[in-house]
Amino acid sequence: MNASTGIPQQIEDILSTHPGATHPGSTHRRGFLKSAGMLVVSFATGAGALATEADAQTGAASHPAGPYHDPDFRQLDSWIVVHDNNTATFYVGKTDCGQGTGTSFRQLMSDELDIAFEQTTCIMGSTDNTVDQGGSGGSTAMERDSWPMRRAAAEARRVLLEMGSAHLGTPVDQLAVGNAVITIKGDPSKRVTYGELIAGKKFNVTLTGANVNVVTGVAKVKPVQELRYTGQSPQRDDIPAKVDGSLKWAVDVKLPGMVHARNVKPPFACAKLTGIDESSVRDIPGFIRVVKKGNYVAVVCEREEQAVRAARQLKTTWEKPSTAPFPASEDLFNYMRAATATSASRPIVEGDPDAAFSSAAKVIEAEYEVPFQGHTAFAGAHATADPSNGQMTVYSNDMKSYGMRRGVAEFLGMPHDKVRVIWRQGPQGFGRTAADDAGCEAAWIAREIGRPVRIQWMRDEETAWDTKGPAFLVNVRGGLDANGRLIAYEYSARSCDYNHVGYNEPDTVLIAQLMGSRRAKPAGGSAATPSETYVIPNRKMTGEVVSLPLVWETPLRTGNLRDPNGPQSTFAAESFIDELAAATKTDPLEFRMKMLTTDTKDDSGFHRARSIAVLKAAAKEYGWDPRPSAGPLRAKPGSNGNILTGRGVAYSFRGQTVVAQIAEVEVNRQTGHVWAKRLVCAHDCGLVVNPQSLRNTVECATLHGLSRAIHEEVQFDAEKITSRDWFSHPTLRHADVPERIDVVLVNGDPNPNRPDLRPYGAGEAALKPMLAAIGNAIYDATGVRIRRVPFRDARVLAALKAARV
Amino acid sequence: MSTITLKVNGITHTLDVERSTPLLYILRNDLGLQGPRFGCGLGQCGACTVIINGAAVRSCITPVSSVKEEITTLEGLSSPGKLHPLQQAWIDEQAPQCGFCQNGQIMTAKAMLDKNPHPTDANIREAMNTTLCRCMSYYRVQAAIKRAAKAVADARSASRKEAAV
Repeated sequence: MNASTGIPQQIEDILSTHPGATHPGSTHRRGFLKSAGMLVVSFATGAGALATEADAQTGAASHPAGPYHDPDFRQLDSWIVVHDNNTATFYVGKTDCGQGTGTSFRQLMSDELDIAFEQTTCIMGSTDNTVDQGGSGGSTAMERDSWPMRRAAAEARRVLLEMGSAHLGTPVDQLAVGNAVITIKGDPSKRVTYGELIAGKKFNVTLTGANVNVVTGVAKVKPVQELRYTGQSPQRDDIPAKVDGSLKWAVDVKLPGMVHARNVKPPFACAKLTGIDESSVRDIPGFIRVVKKGNYVAVVCEREEQAVRAARQLKTTWEKPSTAPFPASEDLFNYMRAATATSASRPIVEGDPDAAFSSAAKVIEAEYEVPFQGHTAFAGAHATADPSNGQMTVYSNDMKSYGMRRGVAEFLGMPHDKVRVIWRQGPQGFGRTAADDAGCEAAWIAREIGRPVRIQWMRDEETAWDTKGPAFLVNVRGGLDANGRLIAYEYSARSCDYNHVGYNEPDTVLIAQLMGSRRAKPAGGSAATPSETYVIPNRKMTGEVVSLPLVWETPLRTGNLRDPNGPQSTFAAESFIDELAAATKTDPLEFRMKMLTTDTKDDSGFHRARSIAVLKAAAKEYGWDPRPSAGPLRAKPGSNGNILTGRGVAYSFRGQTVVAQIAEVEVNRQTGHVWAKRLVCAHDCGLVVNPQSLRNTVECATLHGLSRAIHEEVQFDAEKITSRDWFSHPTLRHADVPERIDVVLVNGDPNPNRPDLRPYGAGEAALKPMLAAIGNAIYDATGVRIRRVPFRDARVLAALKAARV
Repeated sequence: MSTITLKVNGITHTLDVERSTPLLYILRNDLGLQGPRFGCGLGQCGACTVIINGAAVRSCITPVSSVKEEITTLEGLSSPGKLHPLQQAWIDEQAPQCGFCQNGQIMTAKAMLDKNPHPTDANIREAMNTTLCRCMSYYRVQAAIKRAAKAVADARSASRKEAAV
């Protein structure tokens, strides 16, 4: 408890400081905005028990909180506050999924503002405190969303220099600025600090621009060469509090009067609730209520373990649907082959593929399968909602907190400005929290019972009922001429993605579905084509979507999983390129390079030139020895011929970020076990803001690709998901980790020859080629092509036995 | 409900709780220790790990009434102004991504290093193999463990030299 404000310290921390960061001169945000007169905002916390922050400052009696207006992105004050001790706080409309983007934003903004990095802090992602930049997703943090931040910081510097000019009586062009101190050139004794100029006052500067992505002041951002912190690797500011246990995560929020809820999920997909026997839980100490509407059921208890017990113990009866909601997982691809497509993309056609196939000396065809793979966040969906004063405050790790605010408001039928979302850190979910369920659940239950509610999904619930990455079935056909050149190419993908769940949609969030919400026209879904720049004179590429028999209230609902269709399409496309190389007895790297260098035309982002660069960089780092794949099998010395070794390459791009990966694997021919002994990733995402953070991000994304290559698959029978925990939906473990991972940052530092070098996205790209790189390496090691992931031991062993390896 | 006495990070607490309550909920919700976290509730992932009697224990499946010895949580590793060598190594390696699992990584590594101060790579993989990370920070975590082991060994050898002088 803070003695001066009467506000519990934890709540004050949530509202006034950056998670885990200690910094001087923290200004209470709401008080600042209110006193600055820019926005009429006030402050409320749990159950009406607490004074508002503004009240605490003014000594006034408690009054209703809200409304919660959006900070205006066209006001400079919404982005930057400079404090009297010459420190600054940056407010950005982003969230961090665990890659340390907040630190990188500080680097860029410190550079533009000309303030020491150490004197800054960054607050992210709370709807009434920071402008709406959409939260995170799609690897957009640096590529798109860092720009308005930089422009705002540059504008703040310009305004401060003008103020300094007036203060010192010297024209701006005769002033120097560094570390937030303005001096007269040639007479550094004449100085004034940013803090002295602005502290306690607002900038009152209006920016221009049609939307937050293009908002700008008058000032220009600096050329890359003048960025001082950008390209350095200051340590992430969130890590110390994550390793000493002091960080308050979204799961840690506690409010006075708070109770605990747990869901009771249907035991079968698409089931109808026919009965609840509340007497089965009434004797549980702390039991408060069963809440239900339609097929949505939850229990509420005073304590967390009581709610866990009540949810398990509550007797419910359900009726199965008259139609099987989906085929069993072992029948999935047969089902997808036979299904009528719900939609098809317009074919991408170049040249005359039919004629080219007719003239081809050799035609090769293959089919690839990628099953549903789970988001399987490390902890279940969670949120805490506070219904005090007729408002709704949701504490959440939703990566798109602004979308959650809209979603919760519309789900509850509340005005947007009566709802706010306070973003806190949470477990990485790879897109799961963009389609978060717990926020709407907590808010609905909180309103039902009139008390703050914390809800968290259990492990089986999260693994079975989270959103899934869509399954893909891909046919690829290639025509080679007599010289082994690929002259015809046909790629046809089918994705099981109908009724794909979007971001915080109040009519498709699971609680809404269970309560009976049905969209007249479900989202169509999508099936991606490959992302490569090979010169293939004649090609045709199509994507079709198929639907499962039932698409509402089903645990096989698809959502955006880290580069939503990229790993699936790239597994097929880059495996097939390897098959073509093998058919022509060509080194697989050389086969790719030939197709990239046949033509010199390139796009504006230099995709092809950069594709060549990353493949060369990966090959050099690995020490690639040119030879066709799957020649004589290479047994690891000392393994009695049981361990076969091989290497595989694959490449792709995601947006403007280009990635080439090489995997070296050991395959145990007795057990089928695949170990990736060494991984190389060459990565070009343009301007690198924080090399250390980028390397770690790339390493982890590469390993996520490995996990999806060797472990991950959602399994189900014809009525329910049977993957329900870390054994039945396994993930990568310590023992799977390669002996060595080499990350090559191809544009490792700001390039002095490109002053406008742009940063591109890095959160997803390094995942994309990994599945194919592993499959290609297994082929190189064993001569056996496995066209279905994951490469679990049993699948690999069966394939080796069938091929008598 | 029963009266239960728990010693955690050097402090003794007396609580009136259901005996079967998993230790994790008591630590988090009654004692305000939020280093240990709920990940699976099944003892499969390690997010809830605490150290009891030198062993890494999954507090999500440990009934509170079964705990007789002192419990150390992540919060108990550091003293004011001084991080445990593992925590320092974690910062130096910038090991976490999201960091949600890192309580389990650090506490499991501590129990291992306390028994085996000079682990081989194989020892580390084996001891850590049931401690999961969904961000896949494993490579950095393994590097951080080696860094911490070296820091402890170097400090020991320096203090031995000092003692000899």
